[in-house]
Amino acid sequence: MRFKLTCSAFVLPRILLDSEKVKITWQVGELKLAGKEFGSRLIIGTGKYRNFEEMKTAHKASGAEMVTVAVNRVPLDGSTESFLDHLDPSMAILPNTAGCFDAEHAIRTARLAREALETEWIKLEVIGDKITLLPDNEQTLEAARTLVAEGFIVLPYFSDDLIMARKLLDAGCPAVMPLAAPIGSGLGVQNPANLRIMREQLPDAVIIVDAGVGTASDAAIAMELGADAILMNTAIAEAADPGKMAKAMRLGVEAGRLAYESGRMTKRLYASASSPIEGAIR
Amino acid sequence: MVKLRLNGDFIEVREGIKLSELLGELELPDTRIAVELNKDVVRRNDWGETVLRNEDVLEIVHFVGGG
Repeated sequence: MRFKLTCSAFVLPRILLDSEKVKITWQVGELKLAGKEFGSRLIIGTGKYRNFEEMKTAHKASGAEMVTVAVNRVPLDGSTESFLDHLDPSMAILPNTAGCFDAEHAIRTARLAREALETEWIKLEVIGDKITLLPDNEQTLEAARTLVAEGFIVLPYFSDDLIMARKLLDAGCPAVMPLAAPIGSGLGVQNPANLRIMREQLPDAVIIVDAGVGTASDAAIAMELGADAILMNTAIAEAADPGKMAKAMRLGVEAGRLAYESGRMTKRLYASASSPIEGAIR
Repeated sequence: MVKLRLNGDFIEVREGIKLSELLGELELPDTRIAVELNKDVVRRNDWGETVLRNEDVLEIVHFVGGG
């Protein structure tokens, strides 16, 4: 008898399976950015990979539709190899101004990137300090104003600050890219309140968390706070298995976005029973 | 000879050399690179007409991995 009872437990899932007729349609919506639509809310970098194979595997596993690349002096020893040939041609290329420490250099770098790639898109990065790589917000804003006036689609990396975000949006940037933590630190979202405030006060802005994510839960947290997308590099490239981490990040971003869109429960200090307490045997 | 600064290094090239000729001698690809001369971008179409002069400062860039 006891065996039969245990067996009946296996019947339960069949009842639940009736719900398979209900098609699951909860999917993460597309990222709309500067008139373009992206199926992925993950934008990834191309730096620090141990080799091109690992990078290609990670790019594929991430599902990202846009990658960022750096502008750099060509070597003059004849060793030029086109790095871009190692990228999936279906992915959009977002050049960046990494390595620039003032507005003037960032503007010149952006102009060179536009000439070389025939793209108006630029990830604007003006660094203020070599140790922390924290952005110089003042120079970033100055460069953003000039580049927007020249027709660039400027995606600025900046400190996670609402007032700065407003100024960058007013300058004509189609999105803002606050950091979660210093570049390459992997610390995760250091100031969740700032991201939340930015989301609440700028409900229509496209907010892309750029830099500082370390693992999939960090990505999920950033998305749960209301980020529209995440740009990351080191967390994937420096993982022991970048392909697997790229997949984890893809799932983390999707999970976080779905959780944000679904509207999480309110936190409460005390327990709230899930099963009825009344009617339990005494 | 004219003395140029190219990507931070001083080089000497022959008098009257055009930018397109220099790029050819450096065996650089003609796509997916960009050239700046004295802080202004030189459009690709102008490479053939740009004569390099003494003390010109050139930056030639391409793309590398980054985040």
